Amino acid sequence: MNSGDTAWMLMATALVLFMTPGLAFFYGGMVRAKNMLGMLMQNFFAMGLLAVLWATVAFSLAFGAFGNGGLIGNLDFVGLRDVSTGLGPAAMGLSIPFVLFCAYQMTFAVITPALITGATADRLKFSAYAVFIGVWLVVVYAPVAHWVFAGGWLARMGALDFAGGAVVHINAGAAALAVIIVLGKRLGWPREAMHPHSLPLTMLGTGILWFGWFGFNAGSALGANGVAAVAVMNTFLAASAGMLGWVMVEKVKDGRPTTLGAASGAVAGLVAITPCAGFVGGMAPIAIGLVTGVVCFLAIQCKYRFGCDDALDVIGVHLVGGLLGSLLLGLFADAAVNGAVTHPGLFHGGGLTLLGYQAVASFTVLGFSLVVSLALAKVIDVTIGLRVSPEDELTGLDLSQHSETAYAFDDLGSMGRIG
Amino acid sequence: MKLVTAIIKPFKLDDVKQALKNVGVASMTIVEVRGFGRQGGHTETYRGSEYAIEFLPKVRLEIVVDELDAELVVDTIVAAARTGQIGDGKVWVTDVGRVVRIRTGEQGPDAI
Repeated sequence: MNSGDTAWMLMATALVLFMTPGLAFFYGGMVRAKNMLGMLMQNFFAMGLLAVLWATVAFSLAFGAFGNGGLIGNLDFVGLRDVSTGLGPAAMGLSIPFVLFCAYQMTFAVITPALITGATADRLKFSAYAVFIGVWLVVVYAPVAHWVFAGGWLARMGALDFAGGAVVHINAGAAALAVIIVLGKRLGWPREAMHPHSLPLTMLGTGILWFGWFGFNAGSALGANGVAAVAVMNTFLAASAGMLGWVMVEKVKDGRPTTLGAASGAVAGLVAITPCAGFVGGMAPIAIGLVTGVVCFLAIQCKYRFGCDDALDVIGVHLVGGLLGSLLLGLFADAAVNGAVTHPGLFHGGGLTLLGYQAVASFTVLGFSLVVSLALAKVIDVTIGLRVSPEDELTGLDLSQHSETAYAFDDLGSMGRIG
Repeated sequence: MKLVTAIIKPFKLDDVKQALKNVGVASMTIVEVRGFGRQGGHTETYRGSEYAIEFLPKVRLEIVVDELDAELVVDTIVAAARTGQIGDGKVWVTDVGRVVRIRTGEQGPDAI
């Protein structure tokens, strides 16, 4: 056991956990005030439900039978059995306590389903959401995590994904698409103005996400070492370049750079660098971030063409950004940065081999997540119903789902206690 | 008694209040409203989508005055609130039936 590695991973776990509240406010600031608590509750509740499900059953399904090159783990670690302070299965090559590895992965399990909340904003029933993410964690996230992170079939094939371009972003993005297909558009969309009620909160959320992302990417090195250091640099630069890319194309197309654009561009860059973080070096993160900032800005305009209400652009940023990052890795992967790169990218003399593996992995995860999420959403819709009633949607999620008001700024017409 | 109601540009409130104090009117009620007449709105951009915001922020002043003072009050407000740009607002006068001071019970002109 390496105490340096362990110290870093203890910190990284906290950093990534912090990203879920960060996401809550990033999204929350973008919705209308009447739906703020609805968004916050969905994200915070994920921290409750998904952590318990992860420890109880999903961790084992994801990371059991590590390295079997297969489709799923096993039940060896159900109920945290054998998830001890030791180093876990030898095949994993951990230098940190196995229970810490489980806790670190738990933070990923929490935030990935929570990403969907951005697309479904303002109209998803809370009970349906809770059921969806609970089941999704087990039937979609755990298998995909196994395929890529736990030496499952995609990893064995040769695809690379440092911190979760496929497992987190493509996966959640595809699920978001599936759910909004079943859910439908918000009442009044796209004619009615539904602009952000608090961009200051969105900016704060962006800062928290950027900060936590160092734990997300550099923590995926599972150690305090050179690869983690490179991941920090890549993460930083990709966010910065993503912001520049988005803001520049925004200025050209719309005439003005915006704070929301700067935030969105940074997040797009961060999404794209996620699969690449420990596998690329030099100026690659700048190129990756810049391209993604521009492409994602253009991508989010598509929803109007397809009549698809992806409220906060989860598909345009996470699915498109994740795909772009995973495929660009096929160009930029550099064995000099990380010895684990057995097939270098196109720009480092490896030909198209890695790009091929990346394409297979990306589109397989996309397809699997889309299909299973569609089925799950449909089943929930016909049983308990996915969507709130039109009256509840007009009243707002805060009142209709949670009997609360986010902002009680005045005491006018105020409340008397009745029970 | 009369009720003088004025819709003015929010940044003009201080000037109007001071001008009214100078002519002896020391009480009024304000509320923040939104509205438009001939003044156009503005546009906002969020992630490439443009939104037209037609309703503009204004301030609505309400002052109950003695009949004899109504004209002076109206003229004072108009002079203080005018900028010469579209959207300066309007002032109008309506009749008030009954006025009571809550603390003392005084009625009519004594309550103003």
